[in-house]
Amino acid sequence: MVVANTFVSLRGFWFVVIGLLWAGYLVLEGFDFGVGMLMRLIGRDAAERKAVIGTIEPVWDGNEVWLIVAGGATFAAFPDWYASMFSGFYIVFFLILIALIFRGVAIEYRAKRSGVRWRSAWETAIVLGSAVPAFLWGLVFANVIRGIPLDSRGDFIGDLGNLFGGYAILGGLVSLALFAFHGAVFLTLRTSGKVRLRAKMAAVWLSLPAAALVLAILGWSLADSGTVNGKWIAAFVLGAIAVALVTASLVLVYRNRDGAAFAATALAICSASALFFVSLYPRLLVSNAGRPPGSLMARGQDLTVFTASSSHHTLVLMTIVALIFMPLVLIYQGWTYWVFRARLRGDSIPGGAASSGTASRPTP
Amino acid sequence: MSALATSTVELSRWQFAITIIYHFLFVPITIGMGLFVACLQTAWYRTKQERYQRLTVFFGKILIINIALGVVTGIVQEFQFGMNWATYSRYVGDIFGAPLAIEGLVAFFLESVFIGLWIFGSGRLSPRVHLATIWAVALGSILSAYFILAANSWMQHPVGYHKLNGRAEMTSLWAILTQGNLLLAFTHVISAAILTAGALTLAVSAYHLLQKNEVELFGHAARISLVVLLIGGLSVVTWGHFQGQLATREQPMKMAAAEALFETEKPASLSLFALGPLEKYPSKTTFNVTVPHLLSFLNNWSWSSTVEGVNYWQRDYAKEYGAGNYKPIVAVNYWSFRLMAGIGFLFIAWSMLGLWLTRRGRLERSRRFLRWSIPLLALPFLANTFGWLLREMGRQPWVVEGLLKTSNAFSRSVSVQAVAFTLAGFILVYTLLAAVEAWLVVSVVKSGPAPPAGEREQPKQIELGY
Repeated sequence: MVVANTFVSLRGFWFVVIGLLWAGYLVLEGFDFGVGMLMRLIGRDAAERKAVIGTIEPVWDGNEVWLIVAGGATFAAFPDWYASMFSGFYIVFFLILIALIFRGVAIEYRAKRSGVRWRSAWETAIVLGSAVPAFLWGLVFANVIRGIPLDSRGDFIGDLGNLFGGYAILGGLVSLALFAFHGAVFLTLRTSGKVRLRAKMAAVWLSLPAAALVLAILGWSLADSGTVNGKWIAAFVLGAIAVALVTASLVLVYRNRDGAAFAATALAICSASALFFVSLYPRLLVSNAGRPPGSLMARGQDLTVFTASSSHHTLVLMTIVALIFMPLVLIYQGWTYWVFRARLRGDSIPGGAASSGTASRPTP
Repeated sequence: MSALATSTVELSRWQFAITIIYHFLFVPITIGMGLFVACLQTAWYRTKQERYQRLTVFFGKILIINIALGVVTGIVQEFQFGMNWATYSRYVGDIFGAPLAIEGLVAFFLESVFIGLWIFGSGRLSPRVHLATIWAVALGSILSAYFILAANSWMQHPVGYHKLNGRAEMTSLWAILTQGNLLLAFTHVISAAILTAGALTLAVSAYHLLQKNEVELFGHAARISLVVLLIGGLSVVTWGHFQGQLATREQPMKMAAAEALFETEKPASLSLFALGPLEKYPSKTTFNVTVPHLLSFLNNWSWSSTVEGVNYWQRDYAKEYGAGNYKPIVAVNYWSFRLMAGIGFLFIAWSMLGLWLTRRGRLERSRRFLRWSIPLLALPFLANTFGWLLREMGRQPWVVEGLLKTSNAFSRSVSVQAVAFTLAGFILVYTLLAAVEAWLVVSVVKSGPAPPAGEREQPKQIELGY
């Protein structure tokens, strides 16, 4: 009996862990994506672009590992979820991979040559390599909770068209807008001078679509109880918090409270992630096979934490490993951000982006 | 199985082979050069000699270019199990997922976070802490190899599990993380990485010595490279030998195929050069040069022991697992094994020749040795690839030895067109990026290290950022 009880809580615990890993990934790589998307808009010349890209250069690699670990943890704790999701979103994941490959290589290789064509080719790769996954992650998560056609084994039985419904596209736009806003706020925090002013302008403009799109998907989700799994109140509260945080971030960035503004957008992404995972639980991947749209019929083929998890033994071991190493990772990754806390500016530093500025408050 | 499913499996296998071989071009450089650069920087930290500082920065640039591609192609590997091999993932996830997740949490984070600190942190960290960051990178890449090989070794020789709920479930992580198959594969792979780094730095040094550029600096680098090469060569061959001995017990079919030994022999002869009928799964050789007794000796140190052949194991497996083909493609195993081992021995000889030339400083003037050291750089990459071909193709038709066949492991939800599309996409992108990377590395190598600082102005830090 004791084993059965801890098994139930362990499955719940790993659902929470995976939710936290995804939230961590979306917060961290979210601003990398935003910076990447906006780099040619906010950086107008070579020196400015160097400063813009310099804000994420030392950290993007570590941020992307959150994706690896989220994927690995899903594989280890819920193998059926991993198998169904990764094979079900086959072409979408392929596009994400190609985008991430080009983007990662572009960030590292862009500065290796100074030719105009070389630079602008890699910068295009950074912009597209950031925007494409920023859109596609939202699309994937929207599909996971809205449902895709699965057979009794949990294998996807639809085609690519099933993954590009209206709700899914709205989900993609939400993540695209949120990450662009998040990235602009991050750039406001991490730069100074003209670059910072332009980032601030971008943040102000992007806050409106970000808030509107979060509201829209919240409304659509609440309108269909299947999506939030009957958890209207929790979903409404978390969605409202996300919108409030986006608004708060707008006010804060406008008042040059850059650090607080960034904390607000990071928390807004956390709330949106919480909204998603709280509504999803205990389901992992929703099946809409044979279900008329809008119907509230029970669906037997959803993957849930009860049907898709690893064994008790594996979950216990993974829990021990996670409890030891997760805090360690948070400490040294947090330390990295402390080391690279100085603001960068887009001029007067011919030598290296690494040597500019201080952490003092900028003048608006 | 339908023809469509067969071609999905075939294309998925090609995709896995191409993406992992490509990924593993960069992995040994990351591991080997990570260690090499960490040692150089330690030498600089201890001695404060400028030459070590210059070599650290110069070889560090090659490491950085290489790590970028290693990281992004690594993500593909982790996604691919679920994307192309969903049935496999369901069956083994309870076991296989754990080392993969631990790799991310324990090793990949370490490597990726600290490489950023190493590249961009030199002006902000004390020299001591900055030195620690490159060691963290090296440690991360080595741990990464360990956990990935733990997962792979379990596919070669499943331990610490039982069959339950229609899948394999873990009973002992300890058994999985300490089995001989893993420990020997790990030491073998790390040695191969060291050999690869040695061959790379030797080739780079040889290029500059031939150009008469910075002769003192690169003469020094070449001598270090030769020592690294010798250590890597001796180590990779030694651990490879023990790995082979273990495999004759754990995966006898693989090793019989690697030796092209079709019929059981007592005592068994070692084949040096064998040809067989032109078919995928032959059952005899048509031409074979052998050394009597030697295979028996290599297998278990006894000159007269019995070694069972491919045909014996085929009958044995058919009895145990039912009718079907249980032979791997013998020609691939046999030639991969011979070429891999041959390259290992060649580099032992080459490094000894080079070290012999260093006596009385003749290395810098030995133009023929230096000229040959450059094209020889292709060989460690070939040997690394042959090693994986032997390990993975020697296990066929199993994806998990004795538990799950490759033909049953694929994603049922993915169409053959989708696999063909992504395969073509990966080939296109990977070819393009390989060309860019090769060109970048060559241009970094050719432009050489930064000029030395003036006599009064000694370098105070390692400057890698750009």
